[in-house]
Amino acid sequence: MNERRNGLKEKITNNPIWQSMFRHGYEKTGRRYTLQVLQNVWLHLHPPRVTRHAINFRFTWCMGGITFLMFLVTAVTGVLLMFYYRPTAEYAFRDIQYLEFDIPFGMLLRNMHRWAAHGMVIAVMLHMFRVFLTGSYKKPREFNWGVGVILLLVTFFLSFTGYLLPWDQLAFWAVTVGTNMARATPVLGHEGPFHPQDIVTQSNDVRFALLGGTIVGPSTLLRFYILHCVAVPLLASVLMALHFWRVRKDGGISGPL
Amino acid sequence: MEHFLELVTKPDNVPIVAIVLLLPLFTWLAFSQGRRNDRAGTPAEAALNDKVYCWPYLCRNEFLCAIIIMLVLGIWSITIDAPLEEPSDPTKTPNPSKAPWYFLALQEMLVYFDPWIAGVVLPGLIIAGLIAIPYIDINPRGKGYYTLKERPFALITFCFGFFVLWIVLMVVGTFLRGPGWNFFAPWKEWDPHKVVPLTNVNLSYLFGIRNEQPAGIFGLCAVAGYFALGPIYYFLKRGTSKFLQELGLVRYIVVSFLLLTMMALPIKMILRWTLNIKYIWVSPWFNI
Repeated sequence: MNERRNGLKEKITNNPIWQSMFRHGYEKTGRRYTLQVLQNVWLHLHPPRVTRHAINFRFTWCMGGITFLMFLVTAVTGVLLMFYYRPTAEYAFRDIQYLEFDIPFGMLLRNMHRWAAHGMVIAVMLHMFRVFLTGSYKKPREFNWGVGVILLLVTFFLSFTGYLLPWDQLAFWAVTVGTNMARATPVLGHEGPFHPQDIVTQSNDVRFALLGGTIVGPSTLLRFYILHCVAVPLLASVLMALHFWRVRKDGGISGPL
Repeated sequence: MEHFLELVTKPDNVPIVAIVLLLPLFTWLAFSQGRRNDRAGTPAEAALNDKVYCWPYLCRNEFLCAIIIMLVLGIWSITIDAPLEEPSDPTKTPNPSKAPWYFLALQEMLVYFDPWIAGVVLPGLIIAGLIAIPYIDINPRGKGYYTLKERPFALITFCFGFFVLWIVLMVVGTFLRGPGWNFFAPWKEWDPHKVVPLTNVNLSYLFGIRNEQPAGIFGLCAVAGYFALGPIYYFLKRGTSKFLQELGLVRYIVVSFLLLTMMALPIKMILRWTLNIKYIWVSPWFNI
């Protein structure tokens, strides 16, 4: 039996097709384990080897990875949702209703997108908490901690811009309340302290720039849609690439030595 | 009470309930490990410093974790539907209107500070302060393992900010704030006609200063005096404190400013609850 199994494994892993795809066999050697990571575009962010405490759930809580997984889930479900959604005041709400009631698995798709987004916010907070508690921001990882803080902010902003898109009462007023803060920005907001009178008004301050109007309206919907689907995910991806690369460059996952 | 339970089980509030349940679990996990490390003298992480191959040992864990999380997410998505209310209507303002749950700590701060502080300056300082942490924390110990006694100041400050000023305020803002942003205990119905006497006064008024200009100067002195606590402490202690000498003046200024700003929030909250203080400093341009 064992012989037959080994023969089958040999047949599968030792032929030109397998070799062309993976560039290595499947033997149980340290050399192959190393190649498995080095020769794979999806795994090459990992070093060939890590210290044993770093693979311990009790040390990392896996929260950084979960944050990234949630980002991937929202990216995939988000692209699918874009097929059914038009970011205009006339259609936005109806499209969500259509998605919920008429499209096969539409409700599930929307649920997964929303809960993954919330999950990402939770995971990113817990990740930051873990990194703080283990003192992992200390030299030489100071800069990467800063990148992480910006990524936290980007996560909030991703979630916030997406919050408006269903265009229902919940979305509309949550975003109204959230963006109302901008009018109080010192100097740059029309109700903030030290704003130049008659120069910074409600139709040219930072809130206007964010909303594309003096209240949340159709142009806000379009702005938030583009920020949510294109601009902020791109920014997040760039920063994540930097964040992951720096984890490697700063000596891998933190440890006592 | 029924009303409160309804609020807690609202689909969009599930994340808050989740974080309220998860945080104690993870805090306990981290702190118990920290205590164990402190007792043992050398952290347990140091004993596990031999190397293992990422494939299969790390990749296996990541894969396992991804499967479990996708299962949880799948069950969550099948059982609880994302909320969809009536179509948006700019003429129909719900009372209370609330920001998304992760911004509710900021919205709750609006009770105690004007929007330019609670909505702009404080969030900006939170971000700046977080980024500054690695540069102002010069304690070389406690890097890469859980510990309690090797960095008590850093842990207490961060946990106070995170638990009390972020999570608790978020929970209060979500579950205990009703119409008119009035406070409602969990067992109280949300009454849109609740009458709350507005008896708040400015700090200068309590000291018997009624005129605008002296009140402004008094407020300026109060705020400046509060932030002067930092420098005063520095000049009193720098001769004897080895820690202050190591920290240096610039780092000390940043640390003391951030710490005093952070503590200004709970101080103002307590002043509001006990003495009904509205503003510390009223000026023609802004109020604090």
